[in-house]
Amino acid sequence: MRPFVYERPADVSAAVAVASRFADQQDQPTKADVQFIAGATNLADYMKLGVAKPKRLLDLNALREPTLRQIKIGDGIIRFGALVRMGEAADNDDVRRICPLLSESLKLAASGQIRNMASLAGNVLQRTRCEYFRETSWPCNKRDPGSGCAAMEGFNRQHAVLGTSDGCIATYHGDFAQALIALDATVEIEGKRGARRMEFAKLHRLPGDTPDIETNLAPDDVIVAIEVPFAAWSRRSHYLKIRDRESYAFALASAAVALDLDGNMIRHARIALGGVATVPWRAKAAEEALQGKTLDQEVAETAADAAFAEAQPRRYNAFKIPLGKRTLVRALLETRDMKV
Amino acid sequence: MPKVISTGTSTVSKLSRRSFMSGSVLAAATMPIITRSAKAEEPPSDGQDNARALAAVSMRVNRQSYNFALDNRTSLLDALRDHAGLTGTKKGCDHGQCGACTVLVDGRRVLSCLSFAVMNEGRDVTTIEGLAAADGSLHPMQQAFIDNDAFQCGYCTPGQIMSAIGCVNEGHAGSEDDIREYMSGNLCRCAAYPNIVAAIVQARDETRRS
Repeated sequence: MRPFVYERPADVSAAVAVASRFADQQDQPTKADVQFIAGATNLADYMKLGVAKPKRLLDLNALREPTLRQIKIGDGIIRFGALVRMGEAADNDDVRRICPLLSESLKLAASGQIRNMASLAGNVLQRTRCEYFRETSWPCNKRDPGSGCAAMEGFNRQHAVLGTSDGCIATYHGDFAQALIALDATVEIEGKRGARRMEFAKLHRLPGDTPDIETNLAPDDVIVAIEVPFAAWSRRSHYLKIRDRESYAFALASAAVALDLDGNMIRHARIALGGVATVPWRAKAAEEALQGKTLDQEVAETAADAAFAEAQPRRYNAFKIPLGKRTLVRALLETRDMKV
Repeated sequence: MPKVISTGTSTVSKLSRRSFMSGSVLAAATMPIITRSAKAEEPPSDGQDNARALAAVSMRVNRQSYNFALDNRTSLLDALRDHAGLTGTKKGCDHGQCGACTVLVDGRRVLSCLSFAVMNEGRDVTTIEGLAAADGSLHPMQQAFIDNDAFQCGYCTPGQIMSAIGCVNEGHAGSEDDIREYMSGNLCRCAAYPNIVAAIVQARDETRRS
């Protein structure tokens, strides 16, 4: 591991100031010499593997702003401070009652220990676990731009079928992010350019020709909060995750669903898909296919077909298309049948 | 005399309660700092700080104070094992996938392999060595693992026990299904899982009664 300087800034503005002093603004946050650390569960792993090589770590855990550690609920908004741990958010009774999708996506992610460590903002910024990205001897356009992609013709069973490009098919493995993108969440950011808000859907970038550019953040941007709107409909929301083993594994396919129903008629469906795409994936085509319909098996299957209409399978991951469809159908019907 | 533990790159002073109470003066140990072999990658140098300087890190481990001098890259796991000499905490995968390195930090179970020691300044750490009472009687979870034969080779056991204590304290051991779900971060290659679940149920019930 490359040696690094360790600092513990006292507040958000100090963290931004140090980061902007040491980071080249042209750098991607993941490549910058200075990087933020909170839970360490993703970054420490990648530093051990030589995938991440920061020269300076800014530990955010001593930031003094109390709102960074709070969950506030009011005026139709759940506001998660960025340093709230996944486990705390998953165990919050009010969050579970208001929007089960949020709690379930957190509870089904990682392990008890990792959920105690990982911050919510760090969780949404977690990097892919593509085996070829993790192992530095393989070519990888995300880790080493222009070097090629070993996954294309490699063992790509875990890889994405949606949002792929000729340069990268690495899956975005997060679960919480699927809930956030389905629920039209917003992130609150402080950086050198001042405080600003960004739709969660704009946070991650499709790989395209630049898979190394993963987000629309600058290297000195600190996410300080994540806001999620809620209403009566959000009580009818659910996360279904399908894995190789029953727990502590990344999704092969998952579905985040929230349904606004009038009887069995769908006023509005919100859907995101995990385990199958390169970024948190909102399935707008599926939502449109459900609009105004009475939800039954056949209608759910039509929506699932729409969700995967543009899927691009590779040699070993074609199974994710039927699996992803069945996951979405089951999630829709289970959500319809929730007693709220 | 206080216990002085030296390793290749740092020196650790461990103050035992007895030496602290008797007012022993802790002599500054003077071990030469061995420079690691030169690597191709240069550390950052802006003239103000040095990535290779050892960091002073203080924490409480099992109710005793430790003052470490550590390379920033040292994981909490390596600090405990190699610098404090507490080898009960095990290194399995070293990448957060197996749970063998689980310890409690400020009462919450975490993976010591994925935490840099320097991030734990001022924290209160409990390892498997800190569970038994002063008279040697075992923690109810340790006794339950013995009573239920909840291990075979034993390598994952310290992590299983620390994680199980965290699981019960978090209130996630209500049912056997919950225990299986909330203990899923601790792998056991001997597959002692049914007995581990039984041990946790036993210790949970004993803890509730007491």
